This record gives sequence, C-alpha cells and structure tokens, in this order.
Amino acid sequence: MSKNYKDNQPISAKSFMDEFRRYHKGSVSRRHFLGVTGLGAAVTVMGAAVPGLATRNAHAFGDVGDKLILSTWPNYHNPLNIEDFTSKTGVNVQVNAFGSNEEMLAKLQAGGAGWDVFVPTNYTISTYVELGLIQELDLSKIPNYDAKTQNETFAGPATIDGKVYAVPKNWGTTGFVVNTDKIKSDPKSWKDFFDVTMGAGSGHTIVHDYQLTTIGAALCALGFSFNSIDPGELAKAEKLLIESKPHLFAITSDYQPGMRSGDAWMSICWTGDGKQLHTDMPEMAYVVASDGGELWSDFYAVPTDAPHLEAAYAFLNYMQDPYIQLRDFESHGYPTSDSRVDAMLPADIVNDPILYPAKKLMSGLEFGAAKTLTDPGRAEVMARFKSA
Amino acid sequence: MTGKKKGLWLTTVLLTPTALWFLVMLVLPLIVVVIFSFGDRAPTGGYAAAFTFDQYANLDSRLKAFTNTLIYAPLGTLLTLIVAYPLAYYLAVRVNARWKLLLLVLVIVPFWTSLLIRTYAWIFILGGRGIPTLLGFVGFEDIRLINTPGAVLVGMVYGYLPLMVFPIFVSLEKLDKRLLEASSDLGGNSFRTFMQVTLPLSMPGMVTGCMLVFILLMGEFIIPAFLGGGKIFFLGNALVDLFLQSRNWPFGSALAVTLVVIMLVTVTLYMRLTTRRGTGRDESIM
Repeated sequence: MSKNYKDNQPISAKSFMDEFRRYHKGSVSRRHFLGVTGLGAAVTVMGAAVPGLATRNAHAFGDVGDKLILSTWPNYHNPLNIEDFTSKTGVNVQVNAFGSNEEMLAKLQAGGAGWDVFVPTNYTISTYVELGLIQELDLSKIPNYDAKTQNETFAGPATIDGKVYAVPKNWGTTGFVVNTDKIKSDPKSWKDFFDVTMGAGSGHTIVHDYQLTTIGAALCALGFSFNSIDPGELAKAEKLLIESKPHLFAITSDYQPGMRSGDAWMSICWTGDGKQLHTDMPEMAYVVASDGGELWSDFYAVPTDAPHLEAAYAFLNYMQDPYIQLRDFESHGYPTSDSRVDAMLPADIVNDPILYPAKKLMSGLEFGAAKTLTDPGRAEVMARFKSA
Repeated sequence: MTGKKKGLWLTTVLLTPTALWFLVMLVLPLIVVVIFSFGDRAPTGGYAAAFTFDQYANLDSRLKAFTNTLIYAPLGTLLTLIVAYPLAYYLAVRVNARWKLLLLVLVIVPFWTSLLIRTYAWIFILGGRGIPTLLGFVGFEDIRLINTPGAVLVGMVYGYLPLMVFPIFVSLEKLDKRLLEASSDLGGNSFRTFMQVTLPLSMPGMVTGCMLVFILLMGEFIIPAFLGGGKIFFLGNALVDLFLQSRNWPFGSALAVTLVVIMLVTVTLYMRLTTRRGTGRDESIM
C-alpha cells in the first residue's frame, strides 16, 4: 500500500491534512473522510486485489505475533498508520502515552514494564544504554531505515560506540507560544518570557511540568546554558522560578487546553503544538527564543526485555517507510530527519518558520544533555519549585 | 472430631486467603517501603542500600505539601459533608419509593467513568470558555475559576460526593419515623427534632462517610494537578514526582511512611473522638 499511497490519492498533502484534522475533530464523518481523501477507495481496491490483505498479510511481514506494546507521547502518531500496521501484520498495537522522559525511565528502571517499542528523546539514550535497558538494533531487520538519508545532527545520538540503539522518529524545538491578541510586547527571548510573566501577562503563563524545559528556560533567561547542572546557576534559576510562581497560570505539560480557552496567554511550547495552535488560532505565535532553548530529536527504541521482539522490528521497519513517516508528519506537525520525506514535502511546509526555524535561531539552541536526566540537583530544584 | 475443633478448622480455612492477601499485598510492600526509606538514591535514580536518616531529615523541604494536604483534605471532607447531607436526607426521607431507586442510580452513575476523565472535564467547565463566559454575559467579567483553591475544592466535592451520600443515606433510611412523631408529640418543632433526633441518629453514617472521604483526599493527586494547575501541591503530588520524575525512591518512601503515620494517628484520634461523642455503637465505624 505504501508505494501507491501518493498515486491513489487525488488530493495534495496539505488538503489531506486539513481533511484529517476535520475528521479528527469529529466535524466530518469517517465516510466523508475516507471518500474525499481517496483512502476508502484505495483500501477497497487493495482489498479486492490482495485477498489476504484484509485479515493478515503473512507473506510480506512473516509471522510476527499478534501484539505490540508501544509507549510514546500524546498526539504523536497518525491513527491511520497504527490501523494500517495492524491490518497488514495482524499485530494489535496497545499505545501508552507518557508525559516525560523521566517517567519512561522510571517505569523501565522499575522493571517488568512489558514494552516492545518506546519513544525516548535524544538526551536519554546514553543513560538507557549505560543501564542496559535498551538493546542494540539489528538493522538488517529494518530495511526501510537508510542511514545515508538521515540528518546526522538529529539521528546521531542513537549511535553509541559505533552501535545503533534507536532509529529516528521526529525532531523539533522547544520555544514558547504567545497569544498576540493578549500580549502586545512581542517577547523574543526567555528573559522577555519571564519579564512578561511577572508583568503585563501576570496570571496567564504556563510552564511545563518537566525539569528539562522549565529549568532550561529559566537558565537561558539568566544567560546560562539550557543544560547547566552547576549548583550556583541552578540556585539562581530556582529563585527566578519561585519568584514567578505566583504569576503563573499553571505548571503543566498539557498546555493546549489552557491556551485555547484564552485563560493562558503564553506557554513553553514544542514545535508541533505551536504549529497546531497557530493553524487553528492565527493569533498564536511560536517563538524560538533568541537567548537559547532546546533542539531535540525523538527515536524508536526497543527495551532489553521486549516480549514481542519480532513485532517490534516489524513496527520499526513499517514506521521508517518514508510515506508512512510523511503521513505521521501530516497528522502531528513534527518534522522528520529523513531527506526522503523532506523531498516529498510541499514548499509551504518546507518554508514554515515554525517547523523549520531560521538557521540563526537554530544555532543558539542546545540538545538536552544526558546529565540533566539523572542529576539529582535539577530534580530537586523542580520539586522545590512545584511545592513552593 | 468435636464441634469446636471443626469450627476452628473452618475458621482457619476461610481466613487463610484473606490473611495471605494482606501479608503479600499489604504487609510485605509496606516493609519494602520502610526499608527503602532508610536508603540512598542511586546515582541514576532508584534505590541504593544504606542506613541513613537523611531522607527523614529532608522532609521539611516538602513542608508546603504537608500543610496543603492537611488543610485541603479536612476542608474538602467538611464541604462534601455539607453538600451530601441534604441530598442524602432527601433521598432517604423525602422522595417517594418510585423515584428513590432511579435517583440512587444517578448518584452512582459518575463512578462508571474514571475520576481522571471526570476531573479533566472540569478543566473545560471551569476554564475561560466555560462558566466564566456565562458569568461574563451577566456582567461579571474576567473571573478566574480554573487553577484556584476553589476549583480544587469543587473537584474534591464532586469526585467524592457519592462516598459521603451513601453511608448517610443508609443511616437515615433506618431512622425510625416514630421517633420523629414522639419528638413532635413532646412539643419539639421541626428544627429541634432535626437537631436532637435526626442528626444524632445519622451520626454513624456521617462518621463513616467523613472517614472514607478524608482518607482518600489525603492521598489525592489528580484533582490538585488538574484543577489547581499544578500550583496547589499535595503530598500525593510530591510522591508522584519523587517516583516518576526524580526517581528518588528512598525520599519518596520516607514521605509515604510519614503519610501513613499521620493517617494512623489522625484516624485513631478521629475514631476515639467519634465513638465517645457519637452514639457509642459499633456501627459508628462502618
């Protein structure tokens, strides 16, 4: 199906995405959606041409079992892909959504998580390898993955001591989103972010319930590195956070409801959420801060004790198919690091300043550092800020 | 085999599953928690064996979580009682038999969905496009409801109301109507009858309901996180953070042990107090 995906589809990627949004929000029926996008026809034609497809395509994928447990982030997969994977392989996918890398690590560290595939972020991979929690991947079982088409900046963290432990999913930036109808001062930096929070926007700012981004933002505002674990610098960041706490609307990583309802005017924000908010409400501006911030990439990895290993490899291979990646991108708005996908993107997406910020801004961003994940100092600063 | 011996044998057989369950599912995990609470955090998180009181010495860093919990849990219990009592009274005394069952089912219906989902729904009810918009139409502009102490209390009352309604309902339903007649025969007006007959006789239900709600509120973390915007921090939230974010198991264990001790003390005092003051009957405790 993947090869014919574009051919069978009489509409552009952009309008496909719009239709998908409508369907996703429930404003059009599934029948309408399948009709206008051509997916319904495609499935019918495919079903007629390949009798075994509807139930189980045993030849294409081999017998890979019937179950897969995937731990990932909220709103991070195109449901169509998951359904399609199930119908092609007979593998039912159970999806668990998580709120932070720390939480994923906590579950794996406790043992017996039972996951087959999960989606760690760049800075956590070396720790997982060090703790023996993820396994080296057998790339011969993931023929759709092509190291040569990967952007090394984003794909690099998966390779440790020459061994590949994960394959890339998506990448993005951490900046902030501003409701420009409410905040007129055009904040450009994290320093502005905290000034507005404690000034004109008091009571209307959200920071994440996530040490990396929230402490990182405070550190950048003070002119320090996003990744600092220096006790003196952390103490200053903690002071800034605690000072700003009475002016915050919320401490939560689920910031879209607050922004959409108009209660919150500004929030720390990831690329895809910024894109989603801006698409639905043009007054929402996504800002990559001029004084720093985070650049990140997410991966698919397989825990050491994955109970359904063959299904895990089948899933990884399926997800590396450029057409499938494109379909994922269209549903959540996070770019991929695969040039095969970029080649298929329409110009307005490639030039989208939210998805692909200017080089000048990007150069100020840092990848999260492994040390921040396990540093007790950062964990305590976050905990003290929340319980202050 | 004598009758007495047979009875003993039967008792043993019947109690063994429960005893094993308690041992394996309650006592053993608690022992693990106590042992962990004297340990150290391993460098990458988790537990490292040690014997130290450092974790307990650090408890004051979560002082706000203790005070928040100890203020909001009793306050939430009291508000739930105030809201639940008239409802339970209406259901038990006033409503006719035909409607009673339907109304009782309606009280239970919310329990068919997870508290998480129901609490999430309140984010939209209390959020800017919910009740504040309606208030805006009648002239009250810019009223913030979500992420305030009030929102947390509303969530608590909503979430735990059925647990309070049912025990009170049961004790009111058993109420002997002849006692009310006797009171009025003796010249008591309806207020006096309520205060001196109905209320004391429904005490067992109130005591049970308050205890059920209080115990659960002490460990609550979803409601303050969702409706307090993460700014109103309970012990439950501190525990979630310590295990899922900081992965500081020993400190989390120390906090958990402290919470258990606080609960034991409070509940014991509460039981002593209520059995003496109340009817003094066994049923006052469930």
